[in-house]
Amino acid sequence: MPTPSRYWREIPQRYRYEASRCTGCGKIFFPPRLVCSACGSREFEPTKIAEAGKVMTYTVIHTPPQPFVDQAPYAMGIVELDDGVRITGQIVDCDFSELAVGKRVRLEFRRISQDGKAGVIFYGYKFVPEI
Amino acid sequence: MVGIIGYGAYIPRNRIKVEEIAKVWGTDAPSYKRGLMLEEKSVPAPDQDTITMSVEASRRAIRRAGINPAEIGAAYIGSESHPYAVKPSGTVLAEALGATPECHTADLEFACKAGTECMFIALSLVEAGRIKYGLGVGADTSQGAPGDALEYSAAAGAAAFIFGKENCVAVSEETYAYMTDMPDFWRREYQYYPQHGGRFTGEPAYFTHITAAARGIMKKSGTSPKDFAYVIFHQPNGKFPFKVGQILGFNKAQIEPGWLVNKLGNTYSGSSPLGLTSTLDIAKPGDRILLVSYGSGAGSDAFIWKVTDRIDEVRDLAPKTRDILDTNKKYLEYGEYAKFRHKILKAE
Repeated sequence: MPTPSRYWREIPQRYRYEASRCTGCGKIFFPPRLVCSACGSREFEPTKIAEAGKVMTYTVIHTPPQPFVDQAPYAMGIVELDDGVRITGQIVDCDFSELAVGKRVRLEFRRISQDGKAGVIFYGYKFVPEI
Repeated sequence: MVGIIGYGAYIPRNRIKVEEIAKVWGTDAPSYKRGLMLEEKSVPAPDQDTITMSVEASRRAIRRAGINPAEIGAAYIGSESHPYAVKPSGTVLAEALGATPECHTADLEFACKAGTECMFIALSLVEAGRIKYGLGVGADTSQGAPGDALEYSAAAGAAAFIFGKENCVAVSEETYAYMTDMPDFWRREYQYYPQHGGRFTGEPAYFTHITAAARGIMKKSGTSPKDFAYVIFHQPNGKFPFKVGQILGFNKAQIEPGWLVNKLGNTYSGSSPLGLTSTLDIAKPGDRILLVSYGSGAGSDAFIWKVTDRIDEVRDLAPKTRDILDTNKKYLEYGEYAKFRHKILKAE
């Protein structure tokens, strides 16, 4: 469970998918980094990750960590976005029988978790089938 | 000229049929279906709420508007189901869209007309020249108490409209508001479900305010029902919009494109705004559209829109409302619905 301050720091990525592109070699980092792991450059330009891609691999979680107990069972996947960036996220609005490697999905804004009944609600992205 | 430059709709995929609810409470499904002209309603998943639906509807509106979201000077969400009691929904919306920090935002509440209130204010700020673009959203994940008549209709959905002075898809020709104090529907602080006045919500409430607002705006603009290609009234059930249309002299063909309630349910603040999105999806340049909302408490906002040539360029840039309503549906049983809507209390 993120603290409110950590959640707040991650808003540009969780809400707007903001990333950085190395001006030396063009590699995209999500979340942004200070030093490029590919070429060592410290020069970056702001960019955004692509908002659709295809499932590379997935699994269905039946025994989740505490904040996600009420959502189980749910699917998690690694998705290669159309710009080559690979990110992990929940895959929702998709029957498990329709999950498949290569399936087209897109990012959608959803509730990720909440800090009990009285705490902060954490928003961010999940994947939904591209229709 | 000021008007709508982009619009977007969002509806969750989950549905529950009237029969499924009636089965649990021992009521007669056919009489509910006939009486309310309702077949099924949308249900939000546990990870969908007023904020998430508003963000998705607004992103679709931005796609159609083709603007830089940083130029949105005001973003308002109207809802009776804001996720927080204290903390704005609008800040999350504006941040997710990239409209912050130079943006005015507010959460509005007025039962089912909070969405058109947002439209009214955003449109007016643009017209006054205070902002370049304004965003008005109507969204709700409304709740009906278990076994109450409202449980058959209380649904979820969102509609978003961006207003501007250039590149309008529908120009605002007139606005009008009619409001009185009316205890027909309410929810007190800390109460989970609303209460309502039963049949009292009909004649003195819904019908009085909508007919007054519709007649008021037509008188103000010198128009009559025959001047409108389409009309959208608030849709608490399937029957009321047709009945109020008949009283005012509108025919079924004018109402039907924006009449979504039989398959969608009552999306409260999103109800008549979603009807406007589905009407814009099929409207032709030059068509005149009348929109009249209703919110218990009580009041109606009325708008006259004239569709422009630009509608043909933008309508395919985002999903159309009827397509969202009719595709990728998942039907829930009552148990799953009760879990999704937090009607089941678990041990702490």
